[in-house]
Amino acid sequence: MNKRRIEIAFLALVFLVATAYAADTAVQPQVIKITAKRFEYTQNEIRIKAGVPVIFEFTSLDRIHGFTVPDLGAIRATIEPGKATRVTILAPKAGTYEFHCDIFCGDGHEGMTGKIIAED
Amino acid sequence: MKIDRRDFLRLMGVGSAILVLGPRGLAGAESAAAGKDDFFFVQLSDMHWGFSDPKINPDFAGTLKKAIAAVNGMKTQPDFVVFTGDITHNTDDPKERRKRMAEARDIISGLKVKNVKFMAGEHDAGLDNGEAFQEYFGKTHYTFDHKGVQFIVIDNVSDPTSSITDPQLQWLGDELKKLQKDSRIIVLTHRPLFPLYPNWDWWTRDGQKAIDLIMPYPNVTVFYGHIHQEHHQMTAHIPHHAAKGLMFPLPAPGSVPKRVPIPWDASAPYKGLGYRSISAKTGSAEYGITEFPVQKG
Repeated sequence: MNKRRIEIAFLALVFLVATAYAADTAVQPQVIKITAKRFEYTQNEIRIKAGVPVIFEFTSLDRIHGFTVPDLGAIRATIEPGKATRVTILAPKAGTYEFHCDIFCGDGHEGMTGKIIAED
Repeated sequence: MKIDRRDFLRLMGVGSAILVLGPRGLAGAESAAAGKDDFFFVQLSDMHWGFSDPKINPDFAGTLKKAIAAVNGMKTQPDFVVFTGDITHNTDDPKERRKRMAEARDIISGLKVKNVKFMAGEHDAGLDNGEAFQEYFGKTHYTFDHKGVQFIVIDNVSDPTSSITDPQLQWLGDELKKLQKDSRIIVLTHRPLFPLYPNWDWWTRDGQKAIDLIMPYPNVTVFYGHIHQEHHQMTAHIPHHAAKGLMFPLPAPGSVPKRVPIPWDASAPYKGLGYRSISAKTGSAEYGITEFPVQKG
């Protein structure tokens, strides 16, 4: 009886792990790496699919920068040097969403901008 | 010209040119100062001392001085002058930053009016949390009373994320609690408190919290800078008035892809640059605003 319970428990565990793994590999969002430095993002025009989440992974080459997409709600991040900062982006519909650095970083800060182009 | 809350909505539909009173100009401001506690003050904004691109402003070293001279030339002197931020243009070099602040302070000391109120902009304070600014110009948020009008200076630039931050919001709430509900209140800020155009960072991240705090007070008006152009907007009963700058104009919100200075127009020197006087009548929470251009010569 105990042996049977152990077998059932083991099978259940395998099933759960396999399901989790399958789910993880199936929906793992695409990661887009972006470098920030005064006063630009290495990718300032990023195309994604509308309705599909993607991950932006930022690193800074010099100082603290910001990232925000005002038209995507409260999405923002502080990008610190020596550290990867991840933000999940989900554009609900096709369109262009502007982003910019929202941490004042010097003369040229105002030009540290880019756009996300979400396509169907 | 007086703007009350009722007229405001009408004006918005017509455009801010109605508020620009070149011909009436100073006479309008002076004639308004007739009652016991009537007064007017001058708002200068966004001087960007240290900016030096001649394509944008070939008179980068002279524009602030012209404005100071023009204020000194007013027949009736204002009760005080307020500088609503970006007194200096930013630099990474802390020594150069202080040099610019010292130079600007020296030029401003040429004002006949000695009652001068300073505020920081992100160019002054955004790279060092306001450290140098405070050395040269004092506190970045404070209150003062003038002839029955309560002035509240809010710092929304020393925190580099364009935020007022919770400690200052707590301070704001505490200051407001000291006032009567019907107090006449003028709030001075650098950035707009409301989301004028967040894509250009023309907002204050937690500005809505400040607006929520001042909302219960029916007689509040906000004057600010930052956007280098005249702009007037209401949030419920609260008018917000942006001032022109004194180094370069910026485009209307969202009117062009990039928020870059408008180049100098040789056929119309100093176009888009200016300052304003704001007049208050005894017991009234409606203010007269007179816009002045920077004059050649």
